[in-house]
Amino acid sequence: MDKIKLDAWVGIFVAIGVISLLGLAMKVGNLTSNDIRETYSVIAHFENIGGLKPRAPIKAAGVVVGRVKSIVFDTKAYHAVVKIDIDKRYAFPKDTFANIYTAGLLGEQYVGLEAGGDMNNLAEGDRITQTQDAVVLEKLISQFLYSKASEEE
Amino acid sequence: MSDNLINIENLTFGYGKELLHKGINMEFQRGKVSAIMGGSGSGKTTILKLIGGQIQPKSGSVSIDGQVVHNQNLSGIYKLRRKMGMLFQHGALFTDLSVYENVAFPMREHTDLPENIIKDLVLMKLNAVGLRGAYKLMPTELSGGMARRVALARAIALDPDIIMYDEPFAGLDPISMAVICDLIRTLNDALGATSIIVTHDVAETFSFADYIYFVADGIVAAEGSPKQLMASKLPFVKQFIHSEKDGPVPFHVSAPSYNSDLAL
Amino acid sequence: MKILINFFEKVGYSITSRINRLGMATRLFFLIIISSGESFRRFHLTMKEIYFTGVMSLVIIIVSAFFVGMVLGLQGYYTLQKYGSSEAIGVLVALALVRELGPVVTALLFAGRAGTAITAEIGLMKATEQLSAMEMMAVNPVGRIIAPRFWAGVIAMPILASIFSMVGILGGYVVAVIVIGVDEGAFWSQMQANVDFRYDIVNGVIKSLVFGVACTIIALFEGFDAPPTAEGVSRATTRTVVTSSLVILGLDFILTSFMLGG
Ligand SMILES: Nc1ncnc2c1ncn2[C@@H]1O[C@H](COP(=O)(O)OP(=O)(O)O)[C@@H](O)[C@H]1O
Ligand SMILES: [Mg+2]
Repeated sequence: MDKIKLDAWVGIFVAIGVISLLGLAMKVGNLTSNDIRETYSVIAHFENIGGLKPRAPIKAAGVVVGRVKSIVFDTKAYHAVVKIDIDKRYAFPKDTFANIYTAGLLGEQYVGLEAGGDMNNLAEGDRITQTQDAVVLEKLISQFLYSKASEEE
Repeated sequence: MSDNLINIENLTFGYGKELLHKGINMEFQRGKVSAIMGGSGSGKTTILKLIGGQIQPKSGSVSIDGQVVHNQNLSGIYKLRRKMGMLFQHGALFTDLSVYENVAFPMREHTDLPENIIKDLVLMKLNAVGLRGAYKLMPTELSGGMARRVALARAIALDPDIIMYDEPFAGLDPISMAVICDLIRTLNDALGATSIIVTHDVAETFSFADYIYFVADGIVAAEGSPKQLMASKLPFVKQFIHSEKDGPVPFHVSAPSYNSDLAL
Repeated sequence: MKILINFFEKVGYSITSRINRLGMATRLFFLIIISSGESFRRFHLTMKEIYFTGVMSLVIIIVSAFFVGMVLGLQGYYTLQKYGSSEAIGVLVALALVRELGPVVTALLFAGRAGTAITAEIGLMKATEQLSAMEMMAVNPVGRIIAPRFWAGVIAMPILASIFSMVGILGGYVVAVIVIGVDEGAFWSQMQANVDFRYDIVNGVIKSLVFGVACTIIALFEGFDAPPTAEGVSRATTRTVVTSSLVILGLDFILTSFMLGG
């Protein structure tokens, strides 16, 4: 085997590998479109977060604008404190509404933001006051059964 | 200072519990061709490995130019080995490299010579063994004798002080044998090297070696110049030289008596 | 009673010999690391091995990846379609490949294609005394022969795994979008929304790096350790495949649980 030919093949091999990895990063992954580099974090309190997990997406109008950073339980107020990172490119009014939704019927949960009308925007460390809890399937079912039962009486 | 390049003193060695060498003493004179003879499995190859420092003796020592081999650290042993060339029993050519690259291998590893000088040297070495025309071939395309000669060219690539040959004649036709024989002598004299040949080929060895050691049962059973040995009355030497089937070296591997085995 | 003692002796022996071999393989690993200078100073040594382990595995990797991707596309579609979410097919194919199948299947194929070749080559080199001859020429076989093959394997594996994942996704695309007719935009955009660079792709690459180290060390060790006979080398080759496969799957479980947990 010629040394030059061998070098060329190895070069091609590495090139295909790099192209594949770039393809994975750009086309398959979220490195370009949804790459969140600089963020500001805000917190939101929820009575019940359902199955929300750290790193779940934050979406506004279906676009991913951030990620859940951490979820802790507040022992004084007995509710969940969710810290979320939002891309610096996106600003939201102070009275933005945060809901926990489920993607599809059984999909993973995410935080949906709905902008309000406030003139001032959310800034680092702010708190989103208006939140709506996750819909917990068991609760829904038990409510449904309960109402059915009371109807029948 | 004596004229011995290599001294082996009271060497004992064994792969397992049993000793293969039970106190060997040998001296190899500078510039001479010495032979180590003995039956298969008598530990001849192992002696070469002990000289090369690939294995450690149980007791006793091998010293080269006054330096005890097994006392050296790895880089010391490597330094010693750079003065040695060894022809392995089956050539041990690198099967993934061409003849040319095989001979160039030690030069590339140990020198920074530019490619054109390496080329000259390689072709010179190959010419010395009569295989300059075969430099492009791969080892699998060579006959046994040719492979042995290429391995020889590789062994002398860096003009070593010590050349060791492990059964250089085994499995060769008479013509190749004569060629190799001739090469060993001329290379030894041309390079001013000290050669050690391990072999059990009596006629060839007696025709050109300067000094011969017979190894049997883990010790040097006899030694001397070919002339002295020819005249030797020792039954072991006579058996070996005249290739008699039974004698002091038994035909049978030691075993319980045949009858007791059959009775089972 | 005697049978029982014999049995325990055998079990004990097999356990100690395995631990012994693990120890020797670890020793080889450290020997390789300290003798690696040459693999990089004379990088063409490593290049040559990348050619044999990487380039020569390219065809089998690409063909297998394409089929695996197409099967994933088909199976995924028929399952997702029942829940009315057939656009999620892109996510399914991509995540399955990037997180698991890419690194794991590549490593399994690598063990079969390149690992066996390495074992057989080293085993034969040892049996024909080529390694001994090298030592006698004052050349360290670990630095000259073993280390370049090790680094070649470690470099080639993540490259092969990336190629596997990408080609597999293209296979899934062909089935889902071109054959079945899932919306192309949904296919890619859902994928992009749900495949995370750091947590999915980088983790996949880390996995294949670890597999690369494990596979090549196993192949090299088995070759180095093989009895110098035809039978010894052939058994060592088989052991390479068996051990590598088990180690890959075991490591995959451990790595996955760390990655999902952490
Ligand atoms: N690496 C080894 N491990 C264990 N035993 C060995 C090894 N090499 C050789 N032997 C044994 O040592 C003895 C001598 O071997 P060797 O030196 O090759 O003999 P010779 O070259 O005289 O035929 C033989 O019985 C052989 O089986
Ligand atoms: Mg021998």
